[in-house]
Amino acid sequence: MWYSGLLAVIVALPFAGAVLAALLSSNARNAEAWLAGTVAASALAITITAFPYVSNGGVIRHTIEWVPALGLSLTFRMDGFAWLFSAMITGIGLLVVIYARYYMSPKDPVARFYAFFLAFMGAMQGLVLSGNLIMLAIFWELTSIFSFLLIGYWHHNQAARDGARMALTITGTGGLCLLLGLILIGQIVGSYDLDVVLASGDLIRSDDLYLPALVLILIGALTKSAQFPFHFWLPNAMAAPTPVSAYLHSATMVKAGVFLLTRFWPVLSGTPEWFTLVGLAGLTTLLLGAYFAIFQQDLKGLLAYSTISHLGLTTALLSFGSPLAAVAAIFHMVNHATFKASLFMAAGIIDHEAGTRDMRRLSGLFNAMPITATLAMVASAAMAGVPLLNGFLSKEMFFAEAIEEHQRSLLDGVAPYVATVASAFAVAYSVRFIHTVFFGPKPTDLPKEPHEPPSWMRRPIELLVIACLVVGTIPALSIGPLLHAAVVSVLGDRTPAYSLSIWHGFNIPLLMSFIALTGGCVLYFLLRNYLKTCEEGPPYFRRIKGQRIFDQVLITVSWRWARWLESVLATRRLQPQMRLLVAAAVGAGVWAMWGASSVLPDLTVHGLDPVLGVLWAIGAFCAVAAAYQAKYHRLAALILMSTTGLVTWMSFVWLSAPDLAVTQLLVEIVTTVLILLGLRWLPKRDESIPPRFDYAARFRRHRDFALAIAAGMGTAVLAYFMMLTPVPKSVGDFYLQRAYSEGGGTNVVNVILVDFRGFDTMGEIVVLAIVALTIFALLRRFRPAEDSAQLPYQQREQNEADSVAQDREVGETLQDYLLVPSIIMRWMFPVIVVFAAYLFIRGHDLPGGGFAAGVTMAIGFLLQYLAGGTRWVEDRLRILPIRWIGAGLIVAAMTGMGSFLFGYPFLTSYFQYTEIPFIGKVPTASALLFDLGVFGLVVGATVLMLIAIAHQSLRVRTRASRSGAEGGQG
Amino acid sequence: MELVIAAAIGILTASGVWLILRSRTYQLVIGFALLAYAVNLFIFSMGRLRVNAPPVLNGSGPVDVAAYTDPLPQALVLTAIVIGFATTALFLVVLIVSRGLTGSDHVDGREG
Repeated sequence: MWYSGLLAVIVALPFAGAVLAALLSSNARNAEAWLAGTVAASALAITITAFPYVSNGGVIRHTIEWVPALGLSLTFRMDGFAWLFSAMITGIGLLVVIYARYYMSPKDPVARFYAFFLAFMGAMQGLVLSGNLIMLAIFWELTSIFSFLLIGYWHHNQAARDGARMALTITGTGGLCLLLGLILIGQIVGSYDLDVVLASGDLIRSDDLYLPALVLILIGALTKSAQFPFHFWLPNAMAAPTPVSAYLHSATMVKAGVFLLTRFWPVLSGTPEWFTLVGLAGLTTLLLGAYFAIFQQDLKGLLAYSTISHLGLTTALLSFGSPLAAVAAIFHMVNHATFKASLFMAAGIIDHEAGTRDMRRLSGLFNAMPITATLAMVASAAMAGVPLLNGFLSKEMFFAEAIEEHQRSLLDGVAPYVATVASAFAVAYSVRFIHTVFFGPKPTDLPKEPHEPPSWMRRPIELLVIACLVVGTIPALSIGPLLHAAVVSVLGDRTPAYSLSIWHGFNIPLLMSFIALTGGCVLYFLLRNYLKTCEEGPPYFRRIKGQRIFDQVLITVSWRWARWLESVLATRRLQPQMRLLVAAAVGAGVWAMWGASSVLPDLTVHGLDPVLGVLWAIGAFCAVAAAYQAKYHRLAALILMSTTGLVTWMSFVWLSAPDLAVTQLLVEIVTTVLILLGLRWLPKRDESIPPRFDYAARFRRHRDFALAIAAGMGTAVLAYFMMLTPVPKSVGDFYLQRAYSEGGGTNVVNVILVDFRGFDTMGEIVVLAIVALTIFALLRRFRPAEDSAQLPYQQREQNEADSVAQDREVGETLQDYLLVPSIIMRWMFPVIVVFAAYLFIRGHDLPGGGFAAGVTMAIGFLLQYLAGGTRWVEDRLRILPIRWIGAGLIVAAMTGMGSFLFGYPFLTSYFQYTEIPFIGKVPTASALLFDLGVFGLVVGATVLMLIAIAHQSLRVRTRASRSGAEGGQG
Repeated sequence: MELVIAAAIGILTASGVWLILRSRTYQLVIGFALLAYAVNLFIFSMGRLRVNAPPVLNGSGPVDVAAYTDPLPQALVLTAIVIGFATTALFLVVLIVSRGLTGSDHVDGREG
């Protein structure tokens, strides 16, 4: 039995190859081609070996569990139809890789090309082999993204960038619609598994959501397959390198749309809605695409419109809803891929060797490149539907289906005529391609002297053209089994009897073919002289450019409407935004509590603790006073705020939270010092701005006051109710019970921080480090405002007093300022360091820990700055806060990763007690090491912030002294 | 006890909200600091208020869960305090830099 895991391999292999390709040197053309070729060839080989297991309706499935609890898994699924596509993707992929080796110029960065190319191949494989709708949608989007990258490969070229963006916008939007549609299908069926969905056709078709789901899926499929009215992105995508056009925009990616339609054909088709929507799109595209193709002057443009038209043909076949039409559709997908890929490659050769793709300049190339010309002729004949070539067979089937009656409607009635006319157009543009390029007078003003390409550049075309011939002459023996496998897997027991023979006798389809062939030739010879000189694009339609409409829409939506919305809804002022936020929060709180009175707890006032009451009377007074004073009396407000902080600290002590108390107190000190340092850079009150007491200002203040009261009342009520509600079973118990037995510490809060929830703490300290570095970076480029740049008023006054006094040097008073406290502070430094160490070591068992110890240590440094001034400290002590931060992070991360060595997940801790002489039993958990990292980081971050602000005075001073002002102490 | 703490949370919130709706950057710094106190107390109080029951185990024997207060809110608040400090510092520096760049300490960078 075939090992099903290989399905995942043939999806993953191209992606792995893409990563490797990206790592190779950007001009390693041969190595890249070998790598990509090997990947494609191996995937193709694996695919081929799978054929016996899917040939007769068999399905290979492989599931990799991802989150089984949520029913999420990676499901790969290969049946005959998926096999056919997988073989095309890898097979044609291999040919294109060989071709691209010779096509790409040595100047092109081929590493990028092959990396994107292989990644695209992987995405495409994933798309056709997905056994899950969501997975399918993801791979679908991936193909859009890689297509975008490949179209924009020559990103120095404006057309490439525009084409890429347009393709992404349209197919990406389609992809989102598809995702929605697939989710709807999943909702209807109750499963995203493809097998389940394919078995629920009746359920889906009878559901009310059928129509929305159908429309959304169709938008996805039709945008991808460049069907009218979304077709215009494909010609613009021709700015891509030709190998990309040959692979993505003829053989594979644009086929994804019709692939999807075929995949869901058993469940979605057969309804009038399906026939109308799909049929209208298909027939319109078929006719318009063929008509537009005649009037293109760019070879690739002609091929692009021809691709659009042929995809329209396939879509139209799928719309009919009859099993025979579905057979024809699948058959035509394969045929089109072979002849169109070879034609694109031929066009690339002409462009490569002659230097232009403009058919007004090309002519008579047959003598210069006879072999390429012959190959192109055969492929064009297949495209035109000439007998004995593969294109003829599927086109005959199409004609046969077009004259059948499927749904009584106008659309059904016109189908045969549309089919014949479009085929005549196809003959016309095919003849034009060959006649213009290869026959006629010798070319005169070509940029290059045309000649045959390197033989290996032609090999892929030769192979494909041989395929066209073989399928065209002995279809039943060549493509027969493959087609049968695909058809059976799509149609199941509805598989019709169909005949792949090349002769069905004289019948109406043959007559239609005959009319088309003669009509097409006549049409070309009538238009020949006009086409030689005409502008790009068909008459009458030249002015209606999809691209222009697209640009208009984009500008309107993303610029005009966005601007209008912004001007109506947005404001650049902070205050209205804040007001809105607070109001929304209050509103949400009220909404949530509305009607909650039924669950109110017993609201008897519990013993009102008098001491705590007095304490908080002070705290509340300070908070309100701080709010009142913060505008004009900043120092007072800071002191009041700190007092509130102290009251909070005391509450923590009171209410059994020693760790919080320690941290709060220490942080309070640092915060206060920090703001004190910052105060100096704030402006003085501008007396020229009068306080406003007008109506508007009063209204604003009252409204804000009301908001503040509402917010305060809300939180107070909420907090009160919560506190009176009995405690539910808390996870806290879990931690209490296991802190010692599993974490080796008796201080549960610390054990939670460094052990149970160590990963969260890791995140916290990273945030802290980021903040500190941000502050550092912001202040490096700091330019203070004019009026704060000079020395503070107090320092200037003291310096002036010095210069007047006989016995004093300038700056001496400042030097002596607070001399006794300064010396005490200096002496305290070792004591603080020991205290920090003490807090750190006891942290696991008693209040303390890395955070507290880190802040203590930072305060130690800070005191030195306060006592001696920035210069004094930095002459004696080099603190490298960024190194502290780095070391802390590394220690924490390494401790976490250390558990990998013992086969445990990240941050699994280990503990035991060790006996240290003179100190006694010390807990040495690995968590202690982690806490050491926390400690280092907190020291570094805190000191970095404080020093960054403290240094501002120094820097300003340096600048001032350079311009002649006198220095002073910081 | 609960009433006092609830009232305290309310008053701190109200003062903080009032301040963050004002127009001077310094008012916002103080406002956010006050709000941080309120929020920390609020989270802390979700573990209910207990006196004389710190979550520091005595001895290594079996644990009587009822004898200790809930350690989880405390662990949350502990990191919140440190992060709150970092936020205050960041606001302060943004304030200083914005004042240096725009010459104004209005929250919008210009008077009005």
